Amino acid sequence: MPHIHLPEGLPGIVSGFAFRPETARPMRELAEILLRGPSSLTSGEREMIATFVSTRNDCYFCQTSHRAAAAHHLDGNYELVDAVRFNHQHAPVSAKLKALLEIAGKVQQDGKAVLAEDIERARQEGATDLEIHDTVLIAAAFCMYNRYVDGLATFTPQDQQLYDQMGARMAREGYVQPAHRAQAAADTH
Amino acid sequence: MAHISLPDGIPGIRGPMMFRPETAKPLNELVDVLLRGPHPLSPGERELIEAFVSSENDCTYCQTIHGAIAAHHLGGDEELVRSVKRDFQHAAISDKLKALLAIAGKVQLGGKHVTSEDVDQARRLGATDLEIHDTVLIAAVFCMCNRYVDGLATWAPEDPDFYRQRAAKIAVDGYVASTLGSGAATAAG
Repeated sequence: MPHIHLPEGLPGIVSGFAFRPETARPMRELAEILLRGPSSLTSGEREMIATFVSTRNDCYFCQTSHRAAAAHHLDGNYELVDAVRFNHQHAPVSAKLKALLEIAGKVQQDGKAVLAEDIERARQEGATDLEIHDTVLIAAAFCMYNRYVDGLATFTPQDQQLYDQMGARMAREGYVQPAHRAQAAADTH
Repeated sequence: MAHISLPDGIPGIRGPMMFRPETAKPLNELVDVLLRGPHPLSPGERELIEAFVSSENDCTYCQTIHGAIAAHHLGGDEELVRSVKRDFQHAAISDKLKALLAIAGKVQLGGKHVTSEDVDQARRLGATDLEIHDTVLIAAVFCMCNRYVDGLATWAPEDPDFYRQRAAKIAVDGYVASTLGSGAATAAG
């Protein structure tokens, strides 16, 4: 049961967003820019970074929903997303993305854990300043979303099909449409 | 030296915010709502929660600037801010704020550390759902900001007067205006 009285039946972060629309708006906008805005990293790559960090933070709702969103950006390739989640150094992704995931993993522990060598490695593999910046901020932002979701003990559905549908919608419609919330509510009822 | 090429001479989070104004906008809006919006907790109390979390995360820039803003809101009482960071259970603050700080400290470790006993305790001392929600979210947001600031190895000035002057400006103008503001604001920083 959630720690506070959140609107019933809404899953995970959606319930916190419904409780406090004033903070929901910038939180949704941030996710939209970071994961779906114009970038030299694909949305699939960026969703994998978000999923990887949420997995390290052991946040069930975020890792499961963003895992599905990443897979929907990647032609339904859940295997690739899971390879990144659990063993990114041996996943069939670019050397650049591996280096960025390494940075994201350090940020998840503590910003100060990111070393000049980590940045140098990413740069050698072709990462730009903007890609490094966004990797750090995606990782940092999911250290926020994960704590928000778990810190309020929000409702966490277990139905995998629900997450697949949620991920499809996140990949297709993004994070700012009001339709997102209404649909998520409808799906869980 | 910062890990990426940030604008010269701009301290802390303002460097990456100038580097990436698209993400700076929702970040500043979120912080403005949480720390300065209409609320049963005073801006001073909310800044204390923030300074405490940033101190637990050992983020020099964030804990110093938000400590200075808290002190500014609390009649210049820098010792009170230090005592909250050092040992809030024995600081001269309300029991309710102590209970909220205990929740914030759990969120800093990880959302799942927050127990229903922590929340019950805060409620017994008069905390409302909104206050508990915002405490969780303030703590989560600064787990993001701290990682953003340190993950890019931004510059933290050493002169305490720098922070006092910035704090006075932010306390009056808010985050959106002060951080992205005019050349004058930049010069003041």
